[in-house]
Amino acid sequence: MNKNILVVASLRVQFNKHEVLNNLSFSVTRDSTVAIIGPNGSGKTVLFKALLGIVPYTGKIVWDNDAKIGYVPQKLSVAKDLPLTVFDFLHLRENDEKKINEVLILAGFNPKETKHIHHDMRVLNTRLGSLSGGELQRVLIASSLLGDPNVLLLDEPTSGVDAIGERTIYKLMSDLKKDKDLTIIFITHETEVVGKYADKVLELSHEH
Amino acid sequence: MNTNLLLLILAGSVVGAASGYLGSFMVIKRMSLVGDALSHVALPGIAIALLFGINPMLGALVSLMAAVLGIWYLEEKSEIYPEALVGIFFTASLAIGILITPEPELLEALFGNIENITIFDGVIIGLSGILIFSLTRFISKKLLLGVVSEDLAISSGINISKINLIYLALVGLVVALGVKFLGTLLTGALVIIPAVTAKNIAKSINSFHLYSIFLGILSVVLGILLSVAVNIPSGPAVVLVSIAFFIASFLFRL
Repeated sequence: MNKNILVVASLRVQFNKHEVLNNLSFSVTRDSTVAIIGPNGSGKTVLFKALLGIVPYTGKIVWDNDAKIGYVPQKLSVAKDLPLTVFDFLHLRENDEKKINEVLILAGFNPKETKHIHHDMRVLNTRLGSLSGGELQRVLIASSLLGDPNVLLLDEPTSGVDAIGERTIYKLMSDLKKDKDLTIIFITHETEVVGKYADKVLELSHEH
Repeated sequence: MNTNLLLLILAGSVVGAASGYLGSFMVIKRMSLVGDALSHVALPGIAIALLFGINPMLGALVSLMAAVLGIWYLEEKSEIYPEALVGIFFTASLAIGILITPEPELLEALFGNIENITIFDGVIIGLSGILIFSLTRFISKKLLLGVVSEDLAISSGINISKINLIYLALVGLVVALGVKFLGTLLTGALVIIPAVTAKNIAKSINSFHLYSIFLGILSVVLGILLSVAVNIPSGPAVVLVSIAFFIASFLFRL
């Protein structure tokens, strides 16, 4: 049996005396896929932020020593006129152009493609704000792969994405899991994908 | 060309370049109004410096740094950006500044007019320019990642709050350098207008920074030459030149 890559025990997160997460305990086994579901405001994104150490919490969050986390935040609202191309964005965290091309390929792009993919531009030269919802999510996934993670946290990876883009992203998730032996934890509202992709489901509710 | 004019143009170019570079981040951080209002805070500092006979640039710097700490604190402590509070605070400092600035220097302090520059001022501006460029370059990737997503930046181990404080302090410094040329009411324009113009024509982040720096230099140099040629104050001349570039870029975009 695979060992745990993450153990959470008695986790509590409070904002201004409002308890968002109360006494949450669970574990995630290595190489598994865990879906986190629950209504809006049940603390799904806050749980991710606690797992990433972005928000203060009490209780225990123990990652395995060799856990390297890649994070795909919830849908970004990028201004259309922000002069930041896909290459510029990936270059913020990685200087090696070969590595940038590598993660784009992993995220289903073809950076060397001479055929224009979007607004007559090749993906590397396309502004973030000009990408479709699905393309932007895949660029964020590419970015999360830059540090060679073995765990991916994806916060609603298909929000703002059309039906075709949605299928592409879930297919990408399962391909990445197979190719890279990733542990995947993702937040979703779509209960129909949970059964198809997740080994384990964590349901958060308002009644903590 | 006389030595004084040459020194003015050199120092002005450094101020224009530094304003353009810092402004390019301010515009995409959606802080343009804060940048503009921040320059008003320099006035009480200049007034106090004039009253005590010390270098007005130093007076401006001290009051700007106090304001920068204030903005940073409000940004850190409040979930919603307290824009109204910033507006009130800056207008109040402008009102106090107008009351205490000695009458003969008031117009110049408000709208800027530089005819003479000392070697000492030139050296201070040059050294500050080097500091601004090297520090901004050092924090640029972290700043930009924070613009795209604060969560992504923090989860990458970036201390966003520290980076923002360094950035605001650099903006305070560039405004202190600019007030001699453009005055406390117009200096913000040199931080904002070249950057907005550059955003209209840039295709990538590097070209955006470069255009912004270049337009900052051009605005100051052409503005100073215009002010000398037709004998008008340097502040309005520089702003009008930068606005002419903005209109041209707007037409280019159409």
